[in-house]
Amino acid sequence: MEAFPVPLKIIMEAVKHFINAIASPKILFNIVFLFYLIVFPPFKFFQRIHDALGIDRLWTKRGGIFIFSLMFLAFAFGLTDANFRLIVLKPDNVPIVALLFLVVFFLWFAMTQAKENDEAIAKGDKPKEYADSREKVLVFPDLVYIEFLCLIFVAVLLAVWAIGLPAPLEQPANPTVSPNPSKAPWYFLGLQEMLVYFDPWIAGVVLPTAILLGLMCIPYIDKNRKGLGYYTYQDRKMAINTFMFFWLVLWMFLIFIGTFLRGPNWSFFGPFEYWDHNKLEVLNNINLSQYVFMIWLKQGMPSNILLREAPGFLVLAVYFGLLPAIFAKTIFKDLYQRIGGIRYSIFVVFLLMALALPIKMYLRWLFNIKYIIAIPEFFFNI
Amino acid sequence: MADIKPPVSNTLDTNSTSNPPGDMDRRSFIKWSLVGWGAFVAVIGGYGSMVGRFLFPNVLFEPVQTFRAGTPYEYEIGVSERFKEKYGVWIVREKEKIFALLAVCTHLGCTPNYLPADHKFKCPCHGSGFYTNGINFEGPAPRSLERLKITLADDGEIVVDKTIRFHYEKGEWSNQDSFIPV
Repeated sequence: MEAFPVPLKIIMEAVKHFINAIASPKILFNIVFLFYLIVFPPFKFFQRIHDALGIDRLWTKRGGIFIFSLMFLAFAFGLTDANFRLIVLKPDNVPIVALLFLVVFFLWFAMTQAKENDEAIAKGDKPKEYADSREKVLVFPDLVYIEFLCLIFVAVLLAVWAIGLPAPLEQPANPTVSPNPSKAPWYFLGLQEMLVYFDPWIAGVVLPTAILLGLMCIPYIDKNRKGLGYYTYQDRKMAINTFMFFWLVLWMFLIFIGTFLRGPNWSFFGPFEYWDHNKLEVLNNINLSQYVFMIWLKQGMPSNILLREAPGFLVLAVYFGLLPAIFAKTIFKDLYQRIGGIRYSIFVVFLLMALALPIKMYLRWLFNIKYIIAIPEFFFNI
Repeated sequence: MADIKPPVSNTLDTNSTSNPPGDMDRRSFIKWSLVGWGAFVAVIGGYGSMVGRFLFPNVLFEPVQTFRAGTPYEYEIGVSERFKEKYGVWIVREKEKIFALLAVCTHLGCTPNYLPADHKFKCPCHGSGFYTNGINFEGPAPRSLERLKITLADDGEIVVDKTIRFHYEKGEWSNQDSFIPV
């Protein structure tokens, strides 16, 4: 630590404390959500902010240099901290660090090409890919040669990686000892994060199935013929904005949280915080039915299960029954007219299921709600 | 392309004029499809029964489900981790009773840890927390930890039976077998 003069060290510590403080999910989720709303604005209000800030400029070469210098600077700053190094340079986590950079890179890459095409189309020209579709190259040697080079490159990369960062071998599996924290493989960390807020049936079976079904439905719901075979943002705004919410906020961000910010006992830790096994987080949670009957109505819980959970069923009925109709008359009026009743219903139900995740997170953070419907007697909790 | 001749049927059956040459008639189609489907069903059934047999091994190397846990006087008030490593069971002594808690989280089945400083069990997988009496109070776990059948043998030793479990949400913790009064 003698590498830095004392005043600089104090400033750096202050910055670290600040980052630790805002890394708490209650704050960080809001920041990420706000970022998403401004960069991929789904509503007119945020579109205006987007335009005023000139977010478009990110999708240029200079924008890319800006984004990546920021990311590398932040990363280099983090590496000066021992706790940060410990988590980020763990062989398990190295691919996820790479993933963060790669996701941003490909996002920038695709959006830059989309922007170029959008500008060309606005001028009345054809998109860049139009010329490609007329030019023909041979599979052999042109394509096969590139594939072969890729194969060699990836094989070398994997070999160097495997030698340089050996896989951590642990002791033989013992059912009575769970490692602390127990982390799923990185691609499941989003699901593991979902499991914190939901019953295993919902987060482990229903929602993953819904994700797969929703992905399968995209080509049937999205009737927009524009953007076939070329990158574009302006012609597919709604589709891209919606997808980015699922992809960046609900999937990548949750993987990021699960990898870097979850420590022993699955407690939250800032990126510069020491993983203290005895960190105490008060997380007393209660069910919606307990809220209604014991706190608001000040009486005992009804013995009839259905009566007891009636508030939860009511909430769910309004959420999935009434909201789609209200949306069809208000914010999704145009969409409803454009894609018709059946497509609209499927789209809205999947959207509401996905939105249930952040909603449940907020309910947990703000009101300590554990389950909306809680029938542990029959393993049915939502 | 003119030198390709249409295939000629080598049978002498002149009645099957409805079939173009080289095609199968109905009788042989049914015959061969029966053979084909029969072979298919036989193979799938054979493999299926082998897989099914695999699910019922001849020998099961499972730890015993019933164990002796010493006399009640060996336990001080609090949580004993003596049998956690071997059987996945905590023996908890309260002022007036002793009971056995199964160390399996009711959320997704991980093994929680006992945190003596906080007087609670905490699951490392999704952060569920339980009081020392087994009641769930934090994190996503929907149910309390399960208590096991615990009885006193004739010689005064505690016997824990892991096969019989008592659920709090079903009101089974008042059952005589779920605790030993001290």
